[in-house]
Amino acid sequence: MTNILEMRGITKEFPGVKALDRVDIAVAEGEIHALCGENGAGKSTLMKVLSGVYPHGSYTGDIVYDGQVQQFGSIRDSEAAGIIIIHQELALIPLLSIAENIFLGNERAAKGIIDWHDTNAQARGLLARVGLGREAPETPVDQLGLGKQQLVEIAKALSKDVRLLILDEPTSSLNEQDSEKLLELLLEFKARGITSILISHKLGEVSKVADTITVLRDGAAVARIDCRDGVSEDRIIRDMVGRALDDRYPPKIDHATPEIAMKVENWTVHHPVHAARRVVDNVSFHVRRGEVLGIAGLMGAGRTELAMSLFGRSYGQDISGNVEIGGRRVQMKTVRQAIDIGLAYATEDRKGYGLVLDDTIRRNVPLARLEKIADGMVVDSNREAEVAEMYRGRLNIKSSSIEQETVNLSGGNQQKVVLSKWLFADPDVLILDEPTRGIDVGAKYEIYCVIRDLAAAGKAVIVISSELPELLGITDRLYVMNEGRFVGEMPTSEASQERIMATIIKSAGERR
Amino acid sequence: MTDTTSGTGPGKAAGGAGALDFLRKHVREYGILIALVVIMAFFQIATGGILLKPVNLTNLILQNSYIVIMAIGMLLVIVAGHIDLSVGSVMGFVGAVAAVMIVNWGIPWPIAGILCLGVGAVIGMAQGFWVAYFRIPSFIVTLAGMLVFKGLTLALLAGQSVGPFPPAFRLIASGFIADPFGLDGFNLLSLLIGVAVAAGLLALAVRARRQHEAAGVEDEPFALFAAKNGLIFAALVWMSFLMADFRGLPNVFIVMALLIAVYSFLTSKTTIGRRIYAVGGNEKAAMLSGINAPRLTFLTFANMGLLAGLAGIVFAARLNTATPKAGLGFELDVIAAVFIGGASMSGGVGTVIGAVVGAFIMGVMNNGMSILGIGIDWQQCIKGLVLLAAVIFDVMNKKRG
Repeated sequence: MTNILEMRGITKEFPGVKALDRVDIAVAEGEIHALCGENGAGKSTLMKVLSGVYPHGSYTGDIVYDGQVQQFGSIRDSEAAGIIIIHQELALIPLLSIAENIFLGNERAAKGIIDWHDTNAQARGLLARVGLGREAPETPVDQLGLGKQQLVEIAKALSKDVRLLILDEPTSSLNEQDSEKLLELLLEFKARGITSILISHKLGEVSKVADTITVLRDGAAVARIDCRDGVSEDRIIRDMVGRALDDRYPPKIDHATPEIAMKVENWTVHHPVHAARRVVDNVSFHVRRGEVLGIAGLMGAGRTELAMSLFGRSYGQDISGNVEIGGRRVQMKTVRQAIDIGLAYATEDRKGYGLVLDDTIRRNVPLARLEKIADGMVVDSNREAEVAEMYRGRLNIKSSSIEQETVNLSGGNQQKVVLSKWLFADPDVLILDEPTRGIDVGAKYEIYCVIRDLAAAGKAVIVISSELPELLGITDRLYVMNEGRFVGEMPTSEASQERIMATIIKSAGERR
Repeated sequence: MTDTTSGTGPGKAAGGAGALDFLRKHVREYGILIALVVIMAFFQIATGGILLKPVNLTNLILQNSYIVIMAIGMLLVIVAGHIDLSVGSVMGFVGAVAAVMIVNWGIPWPIAGILCLGVGAVIGMAQGFWVAYFRIPSFIVTLAGMLVFKGLTLALLAGQSVGPFPPAFRLIASGFIADPFGLDGFNLLSLLIGVAVAAGLLALAVRARRQHEAAGVEDEPFALFAAKNGLIFAALVWMSFLMADFRGLPNVFIVMALLIAVYSFLTSKTTIGRRIYAVGGNEKAAMLSGINAPRLTFLTFANMGLLAGLAGIVFAARLNTATPKAGLGFELDVIAAVFIGGASMSGGVGTVIGAVVGAFIMGVMNNGMSILGIGIDWQQCIKGLVLLAAVIFDVMNKKRG
């Protein structure tokens, strides 16, 4: 089989950093080629070199595409050659229609005047190809779910006569079903001769659809794995981290005490805009001191909404129910009150809701409890530096110093700063929402250790996660949530992925 | 990921290369100060030494005092992620209220002054209320405020100028601190104050450096530290000498200096200052950290109104009359000063000192170009281009870094 793409000896340097070091990668025509590696391994940089974001001349090495050495000067050049990249953050304009988005920058027009009939007709054809035949092309994109938006992006790529499709973490924010659909679509494209490069942290997906895997580590291509004979996730991980990761989870020592740290009864929350919709429906649960409690469920089950509504009513309206913390009935009407009472919530969206990105590590860490490092109104900058330095060391936050702006940290290290902030707030009950989303294996392990340590110190930790293996790996007890309700409870020792999924499916059946 | 950026840790060589390297990294903080020095040097030469004549220097400060006062308030508003277009109109309106109270109604000026500050604060609260609690965009609320208070000023003054004020009131803006030493033609107390302030600042800088060194977080090369603080010390002493040689430090200068000191402290050292930056940087994250963002927004607007009121009093006292045209277009100078001073349009970034220096850059250019006889037409163009250049410099600098 011929190679559609060969990148040879690609080296890309940034001031003081070698992001890519003589990387070789060969992609065969018509295959699905996966690119794996920890955050910061150089996957995105490599794809930016390929797509012309870093133009010819800013790197060394050759890109051979279609048998010819290419010198892409911009994204336009690479798109003209049929290389389309779909980024993790979708590039759709929410208030424009599907058809307008598909042909954005590439309008069906004669002399600057758009032919709407042609636009919509062609859009309809493209939507059918990606399995969205039932959506009208005039529908505004913001009325679609994330999964469908992703498909619109792919339709957009198809409209440009794509030959090599690059997907950067396409399923990171999709639920199981939508992910499944997307992967099937990739296989379908393969059958039609479209080559794909898939960047993903979800090794399960990778091993399912990829023909070949290239593993990057610290800017170098360290392995090329042929998957047609099957490949184990452990093998990929071993190449990614450069050593065998015997245990993906720290040992679970039971620290749970009989003492109940937080008890929630009949908690009901309504949607902030559509007041009739119950987002959280009569939920009751408790968590003990020293226990790690998991909340499993599909995306949209209401887990984040439950956590945020508890945390000083940060979400929803018309909230009812009782909360006891440390055996006392409490009212938490504002975030301030919640923090003072001893509850903390680390968000799933660290960039949007977790960090002040332009600020330094030093300024982010004490933000939730500034008064702890202040004399009256005056912040003691020495104590602040000490605190930030202490957490930087304790959580192994990789950075040049505490003065580094958090925007420049990798995802895993940003997450550690968010965690530091809440550790510094010293809560009795800590809710962690998707604490390891989009971060690499090594950092995940470190965060798991922090979680277990907190339990050992007698805190109650609630972990919300969409990754079932993670919940099974670190929690002591699990609740299953679906469609706003708690539909199951089990000790983790008796739980399995199958049992959790079965609980969800069974509850969905009961409802109808 | 490996530890990529090499740390400029403590104990690094303080040689020339280190200083240059550091300067390149912190070009934003020093750039603004260097720009002011360069612009002053340019006009000093171009005007044949008139710019820094004691009388002109004193004038420069008097002329720009109200811009500086309002720039301090605007800095907070912009850091919090908002904007206030109404400050010029509010300033004019408060001046008019002062004139009506003192001249027409005969209210004693100290009482009227306090009432006027109150009027400014209430106006700020009224606007801040809508911005903070109803989430109406500040651009809209204050654009409306600008029209409303421009109109109310006209109505209050019935289109006429009202004045003159009693002499005691005028002293706010045109008075100088008294000199107990009684030297002929030289205000020794002014010089002493200048020296004391300069020495105090130096002592604070040295103390901060010691603390940083003790904590191991100091990364400014010593040569640069010495040069910067030496320059500031010399400039302050020299300026106070020049002014002492004329009539002494203006009262307004004292007010201004106090405001700069208080607000610098507030923004950099207090919890409330920190929280305002956090709200401007990422409001959602700030709120989920237990910060009461609406209340802080409300307070920054109330504070802006108060300072616009103060500026209105100073301006009316300086002109010795309240006119319907007072404050017209001042909001633009104030906002420009804050952005030249390095604040970010999206909030969360900016310093009080930067805003003050920005205001003086505008002021020196106004003054210098007027001395050179450049018409108001070209003055506007040049000021516009300087604003654009400053912000372009900022953006490019950020991209590179």
